[in-house]
Amino acid sequence: MTAVTSAARPPATVRGRGSRQLAGTWPLLRLALRRDRVVIPLWVGVVALMVVSMPGSLESVYSTAAERADVIRQMAANGSLRATYGPVFSDSLGGLVAWRVGAYAGVFAGIMSLLVVLRHTRDEEESGRQEMLSAGMVGRRAPLTAALLAALVANVALALLITAGLAGQGAPGALALGFGTAGVGMVSATTAAIVAQFTESARLAKGLSGGLLGATFVLRAAGDSSVDDGSSVLTWLSPIGWLENLRAFAGERWWVLLLFTAAVALQGAAAYELAGRRDVGMSFLPSRPGPATGRLGTAGALAWRLQRGSVLGWSLGFLAAGAAFGGVTKGATDLVGDNERTREIIERMGGQSGITDAFLATMVGMLGMVAALYVVQSVLRLHGEETSQRAEPVLAGAVGRLRWACGHLLIAFGGAVLIMLLGGLGLAAGYGRSPGAILGACLVQLPAIWSIGALAVLLYGVSPQLAPGAWAVAGAALLLGWIGPALELPDPVLDLSPFGHLPKLPGGEMAWTPVLVLTAITTALLAAGMAAFRRRDLATG
Amino acid sequence: MTKAITVSGLHKSFGRTHALDGLDLDVDTGEVHGFLGPNGSGKSTTIRVLLGMLRADSGAAQLLGRDPWADAVELHRKIAYVPGDVTLWRNLSGGEVIDLYGRLRGGRREGLDKARRADLIERFELDPTKKGRTYSKGNRQKVALVAAFASDVDLLILDEPTSGLDPLMEEIFQRCVEEERDRGRTILLSSHILSEVEELCDRVSIIRKGVTVETGSLSDLRHLTRTSVTAELARPPDGLAALAGVHDLDIQGDRVKLQVESDKLNAVLRSLTESGVRSLTSTPPTLEELFLRHYQDDVRADASADARADVPADGQPDARAQGVSR
Repeated sequence: MTAVTSAARPPATVRGRGSRQLAGTWPLLRLALRRDRVVIPLWVGVVALMVVSMPGSLESVYSTAAERADVIRQMAANGSLRATYGPVFSDSLGGLVAWRVGAYAGVFAGIMSLLVVLRHTRDEEESGRQEMLSAGMVGRRAPLTAALLAALVANVALALLITAGLAGQGAPGALALGFGTAGVGMVSATTAAIVAQFTESARLAKGLSGGLLGATFVLRAAGDSSVDDGSSVLTWLSPIGWLENLRAFAGERWWVLLLFTAAVALQGAAAYELAGRRDVGMSFLPSRPGPATGRLGTAGALAWRLQRGSVLGWSLGFLAAGAAFGGVTKGATDLVGDNERTREIIERMGGQSGITDAFLATMVGMLGMVAALYVVQSVLRLHGEETSQRAEPVLAGAVGRLRWACGHLLIAFGGAVLIMLLGGLGLAAGYGRSPGAILGACLVQLPAIWSIGALAVLLYGVSPQLAPGAWAVAGAALLLGWIGPALELPDPVLDLSPFGHLPKLPGGEMAWTPVLVLTAITTALLAAGMAAFRRRDLATG
Repeated sequence: MTKAITVSGLHKSFGRTHALDGLDLDVDTGEVHGFLGPNGSGKSTTIRVLLGMLRADSGAAQLLGRDPWADAVELHRKIAYVPGDVTLWRNLSGGEVIDLYGRLRGGRREGLDKARRADLIERFELDPTKKGRTYSKGNRQKVALVAAFASDVDLLILDEPTSGLDPLMEEIFQRCVEEERDRGRTILLSSHILSEVEELCDRVSIIRKGVTVETGSLSDLRHLTRTSVTAELARPPDGLAALAGVHDLDIQGDRVKLQVESDKLNAVLRSLTESGVRSLTSTPPTLEELFLRHYQDDVRADASADARADVPADGQPDARAQGVSR
């Protein structure tokens, strides 16, 4: 074919446009699912488990219809509890499940979906891997399509698991809750698909998409705090509010599913349009230039520069979570006051005297267990810096390994103090009480938080391959503390978590022994971890 | 002359792979030393041992008279390093990273020579305001090169530093290396680009499978190999085939092509002049030929069932499949 004939036939590309733009979607989807073969099942499994284990644990608390009716009456009157969980629409067990976990299942499905979509779109472009793929038989819109399909696979799997797991409570309600949750997930997936077109940094895209998801939760919470039947405009503006208004197990309103479909279609179309108009690797908001000279001069300053965004995010999160927990405590103490079973569980989870203190102690314990996730994340920054080879030129400077590690560890262990204090301040403010005792209770959590961080340091110090195992440790401690008491696990199992040994504060009696023992364990683990790290080879690409 | 780097009998294994198997390396102070070897032959592993990132299993290594593992921090004040694959922090600008690398070396207050930094940025045509994630591979390497060349150190360790540079930048890189040598600095240059090594290096070490197979000045090494000779003679030559050290002799009437071991060249020339030389070209062996000779030996050795433990299970007779890719 000569140049003239090909130039005279531009319609060839136009005609073939639809199919060519999607060429390669199937192999890309298989690649995405192959790469996520652990992550997606893990997310889907944990979220589904959280939902389908709920009837059992709620049944043990509110076993009779009378008790459940009682809950509804009190819930309807309590704005802060409605903001946290949403209104209750039915006194059936299924209805209570939908009330108790619906919004959170939606949030988790949303986080899962935005991570899946961004991992296979912006992450791929930022790392340069997309270039290699796009050089093959891959259409302009295929990567986005494959990423959205991967998110769809994950969400449908989640919906089916929830439907199957809750079918005993009523098949239509189970179906509604399952697919409503998946609907929130897919709306979040398409939001992320749009955000991915605007930023060059995958990390920023994750932050923005997560922020938008958080905003939809806040909209719903604001709407529900003022109205007790989900009819607020604010609630209707939020996909998480749609899930609530789908009314699973309470006379399902199936047409609400059309809202999800319409939102996914609209946002998906917008993302497609944008993706087709830009260059691979580029974005609509180009990154701004930085300074030509730098002031960073030490390994510690570098560590702070790398981690400060994360510390800021966790700080704000803990302040907000503390305030929300405080608000819930205020409402909940009235609520569970006359439920013997709940009080017993709350007391086993943390409290000893006075239901308010018991509740506050539980909340402080929750903050502590979540703070362990922060410490692990922050410690593992060492791991990320080393395996990405960014640590090598730093350590090729006149920087000892200990000094390099200490910068990050200071942020990890000191940051835990900071976020626990902020969480405590939030809790005190939300509850409306002077912060002294609560702050003290928050500080008592630190040895347990640190001990998990120190275990992460030891794993990392021994071998970079072992380091990610610290997530499993922190996750196990969180699960033990969260659902262990409700499952009535035996004490030796509960005792595996360092948090189980702490005195129940505020309200309980201060016990110095566990605090000192955990601090000693922390010190020993840190010393062993650093000694091992000084002796081992650095990971080499 | 004092030694900047002495390495003898260095061993390093990763699990069952022997990355270094008794490697020797001597670098004199003030020289540019070429460090050659195929992929996976152990160049980067050696360099990481020299930087104290890896601890050798056995053998001795000294940098500037000190132990690279125990005295790592003190040593690094006097060393600049450029890795082959530079990764930067995505949200730091190139200029920030250059200054950071300089300050981390300590020494002088600011770490880097400011005038030289500015000069290098201009010569390498680097935009220091761009963020790490937006640099191409070549530009990321320029960031590390500017930081290294602008620092006040005794020893530069460059691990395939030009793999992403274009020919123009490669030229500038070579001039920078020459400037550093003129200032009396020692440079260890690991490279694949033989013309670059030939241009810059005073001495070279060739390694394969973690062992040094050849070391010396280029002229020393050439001495060990063959010179190509092509001659046009007045009459057909006589008795060339009988001379020692002559290979691949090809006589077409009065035209002769042959290869001769470099130390036997004199006898061949004498024999040629007896037949009356009309024209003569003599090509010294290139580094490439030197390199390939060792490389091909390697392939041949493998093909004839090498009994060593580190031959891969699939027994692929290809040196490129050997060793660790790092």
